[in-house]
Amino acid sequence: MRSLLLNALLKGSAVIAPPKPEDEMLAEVAEALGKRARRRLGRSLAIREVDAGSCNGCELEIHALNNPVYDIERFGLKFVASPRHADVLLVTGPVTWNMRQALERTYAATPDPKWVVALGDCAVGCGVFAGSSACVGPVSAVIPVDLQLAGCPPPPVEILKGLISLMAESNRKSV
Amino acid sequence: MTAPGTRSLQELIRSKSPDADGLVRLTVDEAGWRALAMGCRDSLYTLSALWHDDGTVRMALLAPASRLRAIATLATPGGAYPSVGQYHAPAIRLERAMRDLHGTDPVGLPDPRPWLDHGVWPAKQNAAASPYPFLAAEGDSLHQIPVGPVHAGIIEPGHFRFTANGEAVVRLEERLGYVHKGIEALCTGATIERAARLAARISGDSTAAYGFAFALAVEAAWAWVPPTRAILLRGIMAELERLSHHINDVGAICNDASFVTIQARCTLLREDILRTASRCFGHRMMMDRIVPGGVTVDLHADGIATIRELLQRLRSGFAGVIQAYDRSPTLQDRTVTTGVVTAELAARFSAGGYVGRAAGRTFDARAAYPYPPYDNVAFKVATRGAGDVDARIGVRIEEIAQSSEIIRQLLDQLAEASPGPIRAPEVAPCKAEGAALVEAFRGDLFLSVRLDDQGRVARLHARDASWFQWPLLEAAIEGNIVADFPLLNKSFNCSYSGHDM
Repeated sequence: MRSLLLNALLKGSAVIAPPKPEDEMLAEVAEALGKRARRRLGRSLAIREVDAGSCNGCELEIHALNNPVYDIERFGLKFVASPRHADVLLVTGPVTWNMRQALERTYAATPDPKWVVALGDCAVGCGVFAGSSACVGPVSAVIPVDLQLAGCPPPPVEILKGLISLMAESNRKSV
Repeated sequence: MTAPGTRSLQELIRSKSPDADGLVRLTVDEAGWRALAMGCRDSLYTLSALWHDDGTVRMALLAPASRLRAIATLATPGGAYPSVGQYHAPAIRLERAMRDLHGTDPVGLPDPRPWLDHGVWPAKQNAAASPYPFLAAEGDSLHQIPVGPVHAGIIEPGHFRFTANGEAVVRLEERLGYVHKGIEALCTGATIERAARLAARISGDSTAAYGFAFALAVEAAWAWVPPTRAILLRGIMAELERLSHHINDVGAICNDASFVTIQARCTLLREDILRTASRCFGHRMMMDRIVPGGVTVDLHADGIATIRELLQRLRSGFAGVIQAYDRSPTLQDRTVTTGVVTAELAARFSAGGYVGRAAGRTFDARAAYPYPPYDNVAFKVATRGAGDVDARIGVRIEEIAQSSEIIRQLLDQLAEASPGPIRAPEVAPCKAEGAALVEAFRGDLFLSVRLDDQGRVARLHARDASWFQWPLLEAAIEGNIVADFPLLNKSFNCSYSGHDM
């Protein structure tokens, strides 16, 4: 116990300060939500991640959100195992033809109201894979997208900012 | 032309001398091709890659004991050629993929089913691909568990079809190809810069390794010599990448055995590496930093000090992890004897990385065919014999120590090296080809390029370590309980994107 306390005093905590929602992202989400069903979600969002063709770089940074530095759950954001439990689909990759049906089915299995975040350059606009005959296109070519987070891959702090702005917006509008 | 009959690579190559990339290039006829396939079966050499290139099929062969390697080419005017898979099972999926993508006809291939082609590509509607006929498992009280392509965790998509008897897995069959992005097709006709970016995204977790392999292959083709500083920096980045994943994997495996605290510690160490990489190289995963001709970012005295400090923190931080693992019998109860890969299978499939080295293989591309800077650093190849989850953890733990040692040596060399360029001046493009074998964190990856005189890629082929590891996962789960699959799968940590391309 003593060494635990000493460690806590000397090393400090591993977590980072919560990032502020970015105005531009906020505006984008506000517009998207204006058109769609909303409901009070409380201070929480359940996220289902779907890799629709990613190189797995984005997955690594999404994973990092769960580490003690970012500790995403303290913001009320949590990854869930089933689309049935999800408010948000966090989709990565250019959507491949081979993943299109699985993505559509996952979207259909997610209860309303729901939001879709396209994460990474590929999900936003196919990235380096643009023009491939094996890809359908960006996520928005397959399901409606509410928020786009560019980057290759976007660092965890940027993902966090985006998700927090999504949550702030879904709360503000629903009160 | 090579005569039939299986002989060692040494005899086949005879007086032929290797090209700049260390590979001897042979042209064979059908009989010679068959003989090579049988030679792979008889373990005279190992099959490293098999691909289609402009009316030919080609296979890369390794004979590490004699340090020889070769690429054999067979002309296939009508697309038909004798299947390698009919003699040597590890080639089956490679040939199924090749047939899907290039329309080749592997005569005698025992598996008629498509592999990457799911029957939904607009350019090639394939009714035969759907529904996919999984292999049968018959018997009383057997039930099937279909899993994926969308999994419960934050992982890549793929389908696993389990047949279980109660809790015991009787058969697992994988179906992959969901993240096929057509990377090789995109590379055809691409400039070197664009192809480098594509290669760096074949499998994001091995971005430094793929960048490295692409650079080596292009440099071999064009006799392009990168500066010394660049060579040292490449090694540092490649080893930082290895460290970040090995540490992460140890944590992730323990997490699947419900030891969450070990994972929390490991993810903190990994985050430390990524932040250091971001500070030193400008990108957390060091994407697009290793390029043909050199690297794009230099490391100065302060950067060298930053990485040395990181290594110190990792050493003390990871010591705690090892201690926690060693002192937790309940954890080892889950990992010891779970998911055994036999030495025989590991050798036959030439399984790379920790999958092979945990099952008695000693192959490590950095040691077997040293490429700069590994020709100038001292390190030990970690091996274990048990082939279980615990052995794969053990290999990773030892490799973490070895990687740190390699980085220390490279930092010392870099500190002594005189300042200078980090990228060699561009060279005149010409028609040429080159190949490279690079040890990524997951295992050896092979990459071959053929370039044209306009400075463009005519053909790129990459074979991820996962190709020869995925099939062993099916074998390793047999007789284990379903609940141990996540643990086993994590201990393999195969790439879906690297495989599907």
